[in-house]
Amino acid sequence: MSTEDTKKKQPPVSPKRREQTRREFLRTGALAGGVLLISLLGYIPVGEGKMKRLRPPGALIDGDLNERDFLAACIKCGQCVQVCPVEAIKLSDIDEGFGLGAPFIEARAQACDFSCDGLQCVLACPTGALTHEINYPAQSRMGFARLTRPEKCLAIQGKGFKGQARGPDFKGVLRYEELDRWKAVPIADHPYDLELCDLCLRQCPIEIRIGQCAAGKPPSGDKNQCPPHRAISLEPLGKGKAKQPLVHDGCVGCGVCEMVCPTEPPAIVIVLDETADTRRGRG
Amino acid sequence: MSYFTASIKQMLGIDPGKPAPDAYSPEAREIHTFKRGRKETKEELRAIAEAHDQSERRHFWRKRRWLTLILVNLLFVVSYYFDVQLLEGALTASRFIGFHMADLNSALQVMLAFKHVVLNLLIGTVTVFILWILVGGRSFCSWVCPYHLVAEWAEALHLKLEAKKWIKPVTFHRGARTLFYVIFALLALVTGYTVFETISPTGILSRALIYGPGLALLWVVTLLLFEIFVSRRAWCRYVCPIGLTYGFVGSISPLRVRYNLKDCHHEGNCRKVCMVPHVLDMTIKGRATSVDVPVGADCTRCGLCVDTCPTGSLKFEVLGLKKLQ
Repeated sequence: MSTEDTKKKQPPVSPKRREQTRREFLRTGALAGGVLLISLLGYIPVGEGKMKRLRPPGALIDGDLNERDFLAACIKCGQCVQVCPVEAIKLSDIDEGFGLGAPFIEARAQACDFSCDGLQCVLACPTGALTHEINYPAQSRMGFARLTRPEKCLAIQGKGFKGQARGPDFKGVLRYEELDRWKAVPIADHPYDLELCDLCLRQCPIEIRIGQCAAGKPPSGDKNQCPPHRAISLEPLGKGKAKQPLVHDGCVGCGVCEMVCPTEPPAIVIVLDETADTRRGRG
Repeated sequence: MSYFTASIKQMLGIDPGKPAPDAYSPEAREIHTFKRGRKETKEELRAIAEAHDQSERRHFWRKRRWLTLILVNLLFVVSYYFDVQLLEGALTASRFIGFHMADLNSALQVMLAFKHVVLNLLIGTVTVFILWILVGGRSFCSWVCPYHLVAEWAEALHLKLEAKKWIKPVTFHRGARTLFYVIFALLALVTGYTVFETISPTGILSRALIYGPGLALLWVVTLLLFEIFVSRRAWCRYVCPIGLTYGFVGSISPLRVRYNLKDCHHEGNCRKVCMVPHVLDMTIKGRATSVDVPVGADCTRCGLCVDTCPTGSLKFEVLGLKKLQ
């Protein structure tokens, strides 16, 4: 059947029918425009592509801390959420636009303490949005710790700390290897009695690992687990017992210091405008 | 025109029009001529439909389909809630007892946006591709997609309002979905964001079920309200690229619905219940060009037409299975 044949046989289109077709065309255009407009609103929250959320270890970022590759690759399935033993990972809501369904970590509420050791979220990621190129906690670049409120810091004031780091009602958990290597316990169940507050240093997963390696006991005897640089130290301040936390290039931005910092608001937080790599790049 | 190209064209929204006079097989022509002489009265047809409504098999496929859809989605929820690792993830990507699975449309959007394909994603995509070739392509829509189920309930409300003449239903051109498909693919490629994923009610509902509700559900509610008060099944009919992706897969699937001309009364009840009634155009009196006509790729294999047909003229078939028997 050729097209000419069909054209001949088609009866002339009535004006009414033509009007219906025209209206359907306009309606369909409005539908298409409307749905597209709404979908493109999702661009607003992710705008420049800069990191705005603390992401799980291995989340793709480029040298300018742009996370567009991460958002492009993430298939929004939440498998990273499911494998995290401390349930640190949550999924973004629609107010984050194109970031909807992508994983993030609210460090103050529950930081990643690397208590899975093997980066389970990275292994679970089906698309490589959490890059499979890293194998150890020390290789991740989530953000960077910064003492944004030094005036709040107990160590700088020369003060100790006694009690539950975040009070009795805090739900966050942390792995204390001296208690159980495989199971994190509520921070509220683990009160401290410190002459000088050193919680940020004491609980830093990188610093703990460095200590284990120095004692010749890296986890599972794997020397690759040993971090190449220190993450945080307490430096003497004046003549008293006061000390100042100093963050180093080994910091991966996991957020445990932010979570355990007992002051309200915390003296130390994770910032997203630099990582150990960009810091070193700047010299 | 072959079944394949005709069904793809129809799916993309191109109206094939009435068949040419020389397209009919002799057998089909004979049946059409025979039927021209006799016509069931409205009363007769009503009696037949009412008798069929009493039949035990009236909701045979719908019961099984709803059960399957709820079980699949529940399996995701239960796996996470009780940490039994049967089906981890969400509908966009998951692991079924360790095996990677990736929703074909989500995987396509990620591949276009990210421009790298890691092995796990490739494995998951190929697995799901083969799976849905076997079970009918758009059967994903009606047998798995959680939005499909809530949209079916919204559709029931819409039809009630329409019957009471409280609303005047609005239709759109079916080509809109093809347009959306191209635009969302280009947007992913050009912007590097999986734009469609942001508004996909399938992903939003699946994640809401597994990880808990959020503001994104308001978007799903908006879509449902639009479907209740304005346009029947608008999202699935005119927008959703997931349906088109699985439709392409279904075009080469051996599992489909088959129409038989012989006993059909052409009363059109099947087209009334169908979400994609254009696939049933051959049930219009005088349209079927052969005695047996397979239903096209856009069909979601939901089985509503099979349940509704009082004469058994519409049936599921698996190509090649008859030869095995």
